[in-house]
Amino acid sequence: MSIASDEKLSTTPVSAKGIPVPASNRLIALWPWFAMIIIALIAPLVFTSGQSINMLNHMGIAIIFALSYNMLLGNTGLLSFGHAVYYGLGGYVAMHMLRVMNDTGLAVPIELLPLAGAFGGLGFGILFGAVSTRRAGVVFAMITLGIGALIHSSSLMFTDFFGGEAGLFGNRVDVTSMLGVNYGDSQHVYYLILAWVFIAILAIYLLRKTPLGWMANAVRDNPERAQFVGYNPQMVRFIQFSLSAFFAGLAGGLFIIADEIISAEAVSAQVSGQVLLASYLGGIGFFLGPVFGAILVTFLASFLSSVTDAWVLYFGLMFIGVVMFAPQGLFGILHQQSSAIRDGHWRGSTLARIYLLLTMLLSVFGLVCVVELSYHYFRSWDPSAPFDLMGFTVNATTAMPWIASFAILVIGIALLTAHARPMLRRRTGANPDQGEH
Amino acid sequence: MLETIVFSLINGLLYGMLLFMMSSGLTLIFGMMGVLNFAHASFYMLGAYFAYTVGQVTGFWIALCLAPVLVGMVGAVVERYGLRRVHQFGHVPELLFTFGLAYVVDELVSLFWGTVPVPYKMPDVLNFTLFNLYNFDYSAFKIFILGVSVVMFVCLYILLKKTRAGLVIQASLSRPDMVSALGHNVPRVFMLVFAIGCALAGLGGVVGGIQFVTEPGMAVTMGPIVFVVVVLGGLGSVPGALIASIIIGVLQTLALSVDLSLASIFSGIEVSRDNFFSTVWYMESIRLAPVLPFLLLVLTLIFRPRGLMGKREA
Amino acid sequence: MTRTALELRGVTKNFGKSEIIRGVDLKIHEHEHHVIIGPNGAGKSTLFNLISGRLNVSGGTIELFGKRIHNLPPHQVNRKGLSRSFQVTNLFQNMTVMQNLRCSLLWSEGHGYAFWKTVLGQRDVTERAQSLMERLNLQHRADTPASLLTYAEQRALEIGATIASGAKVILLDEPTAGMSRSEADDVVALIQRMAGECTLILVEHDLGVVFELADRISVLVYGEIIATGKPEEVRANAAVQEAYLGTEVH
Repeated sequence: MSIASDEKLSTTPVSAKGIPVPASNRLIALWPWFAMIIIALIAPLVFTSGQSINMLNHMGIAIIFALSYNMLLGNTGLLSFGHAVYYGLGGYVAMHMLRVMNDTGLAVPIELLPLAGAFGGLGFGILFGAVSTRRAGVVFAMITLGIGALIHSSSLMFTDFFGGEAGLFGNRVDVTSMLGVNYGDSQHVYYLILAWVFIAILAIYLLRKTPLGWMANAVRDNPERAQFVGYNPQMVRFIQFSLSAFFAGLAGGLFIIADEIISAEAVSAQVSGQVLLASYLGGIGFFLGPVFGAILVTFLASFLSSVTDAWVLYFGLMFIGVVMFAPQGLFGILHQQSSAIRDGHWRGSTLARIYLLLTMLLSVFGLVCVVELSYHYFRSWDPSAPFDLMGFTVNATTAMPWIASFAILVIGIALLTAHARPMLRRRTGANPDQGEH
Repeated sequence: MLETIVFSLINGLLYGMLLFMMSSGLTLIFGMMGVLNFAHASFYMLGAYFAYTVGQVTGFWIALCLAPVLVGMVGAVVERYGLRRVHQFGHVPELLFTFGLAYVVDELVSLFWGTVPVPYKMPDVLNFTLFNLYNFDYSAFKIFILGVSVVMFVCLYILLKKTRAGLVIQASLSRPDMVSALGHNVPRVFMLVFAIGCALAGLGGVVGGIQFVTEPGMAVTMGPIVFVVVVLGGLGSVPGALIASIIIGVLQTLALSVDLSLASIFSGIEVSRDNFFSTVWYMESIRLAPVLPFLLLVLTLIFRPRGLMGKREA
Repeated sequence: MTRTALELRGVTKNFGKSEIIRGVDLKIHEHEHHVIIGPNGAGKSTLFNLISGRLNVSGGTIELFGKRIHNLPPHQVNRKGLSRSFQVTNLFQNMTVMQNLRCSLLWSEGHGYAFWKTVLGQRDVTERAQSLMERLNLQHRADTPASLLTYAEQRALEIGATIASGAKVILLDEPTAGMSRSEADDVVALIQRMAGECTLILVEHDLGVVFELADRISVLVYGEIIATGKPEEVRANAAVQEAYLGTEVH
């Protein structure tokens, strides 16, 4: 991930002709940011159902969690398989505080409760980070895996802290609020979460520009050279790790406000895997990548799981697909293509690109048909009962739907590899394998 | 008390040998290719399911031979069309690829064979008590597992240390370019190693699926323990994996059957209740048992990352 | 009276059974330009690795201005005032020239692990990086990622980054490796420009460079120093001639 953008912000921007760009134009160039802020502000007014707002809340939480995760992976090159530990333990600390607030009427404003989670995450981050960050690379990954498994399996041992199998409950209404707001309404919770999301995004963004942030990148790229300019890579990693755990705990603290319950699932390998997926899917090389990934993954987990049984499979396939074909992440692809458009690379190849996209969509459509048919055939009570497959009513026990689905899949892949990709290659002279498709 | 300990030791040894069958492939793949295969336990599971399905047609003995081969073929395909492609992006994408692969394989298994355990049973010919020691019966099948794992260890050792193929494999890891220049097809060597590693996991699954339940969650249950074994033994060391497997097997079995706590060992020392320390002091080893392997894992990684017999750190 | 910048006493290094460094005694004066030469495999890079902390010594001591530095981790050796470049260019490949230089200056400018201030806001860092870049003749490449520089430019940047940290003793490992005559001359001129008041220790193969830069030369053969002295003395030394040329018929 380049810190080149840091430099560009500090000097006066010039247009291609070398003329300084006036401030008003610069402000207009930031329109995507403004659009995102406006969308975020009005979202719960548009999607008003309880389910939607819940999903929006979880998106906000996931955004902070994924950004904290990318402080490790994207910024410092540390692959963690156990980041849920700091999210979950931070959440537990916040939950205990909330319960104290419920039981004793302690006048801590609930708006600041996530900070309890943040400091809880920080504390555990320092504790476990001291041992985890002694090494990097695969050893670090395995230590995080081990600590994650350790904490998760010890949750049944320390029932006072973890609340046993049922977990712990809290009440977000029966508390003091420094703004005088009653958080029974989940829409109000959304705006609280949104406020923290803004704060977290700003803080994590600025952290990247500090000496620590720069050296984290340096340590990721070349730990040896970092040593020879005077920095101890281990210390850099340790501090980054602790700060990352701070924000993970913050996300956990917001979680318990939103859901009013926490259980050992919050420190589970699934949650660790999910934040890894979200960050990687979005693109670990870009600041906004994990934001994008978190929104997408939260949406898919919620939407897909209600539409199809095969959502776990789709997630796994999506993950593999990104790892194999788009390691820069979906945001990375968007960024690449929009730069390509701006630089004029699309001229003469626009149709070829659209064709490629269409063949990809066709292949995906075929794959989905095959998967859905399979799931219906193997899983449902009565496989021969007609069901709705992508708008067509089919019978999974007859040959026709299978033939059609496989045909679409095979044709899609054939066109993609044998026709569309070579065509694009000819038009642009670029290698589509690098993701420029 | 003595009977319990003897029972635990023997059972622990048998469990450990089963762990070895599962972990030898993983440590081999890592030692040879530097790839930590997160999906390894999924290949173990495939071995169990293939053996069950094939065994329904051909009987146990043919399934015992055929299932690992099938799993090895799946491994070869995965390496050829998946891992090899990702290899160019670095170690992290390789890890992530196997991570995603585990999800997909587990899900596909639960799709094709159902989410309910399948009745993969012991073959009748081995279903008898071989001997009885201190009032506990030991079935022939368990001894059979022991036999298979010993044979496996010996064959692996010979392959790696004594044959030319083993030399080529070892050389390819550290000097792939040179080995390639000498005329060997290095990518094919890697594919072969990966396939063998997966086949070994599959072999473990053939017997493990009988010993334990064959169900789609078995990869997730066994996976973490296998990691612990491999790290403790030393990544890349097959003898290390053997020793570590036995240690962990015995330790876990002892913890479960000999119900101890720190308090019972140091009986007479009263600790005030209701705090963290007392929770640990009075914790019975049964409740500690699931945590033990991970504790070992973390301690190993902190104090001796190369494990008992590993030659290189990860 | 010049101080001793770096002193090695009885330094040995074994890898298993092989002895790579077999007892090296070396005393390098402050402000000196000292070059270490020797046939391939003599252990020159190993010696540098021992001095800079990349490897631990098997025996003996290494002192920097009287303070022990052997067996310390590289970042601590660096903080005590010693820096090094590498034979294989070792920069932050994804960062631009300017960013590389900034990172090299952060510690010595006292910014440590700060996460409450921005790098670009530190004027002292920016100014020093700027002036350094000008002395390296790399201003026109300020925003180019290091991986896209030419080989000679990368070497120049590497030397610059090494000297940037304000270290008093600089180790340069084959700075002209792989260069043409004119490129090597440029690098030598650069080194002489940049070195200033530093103590320089170089490993070099190019004897032209050696005799131009060196105040004193040491010859390392099979892990031992067989001669140390002014260039003319070493050139005339019979043992050195034998080591380089084999037993020669005079």
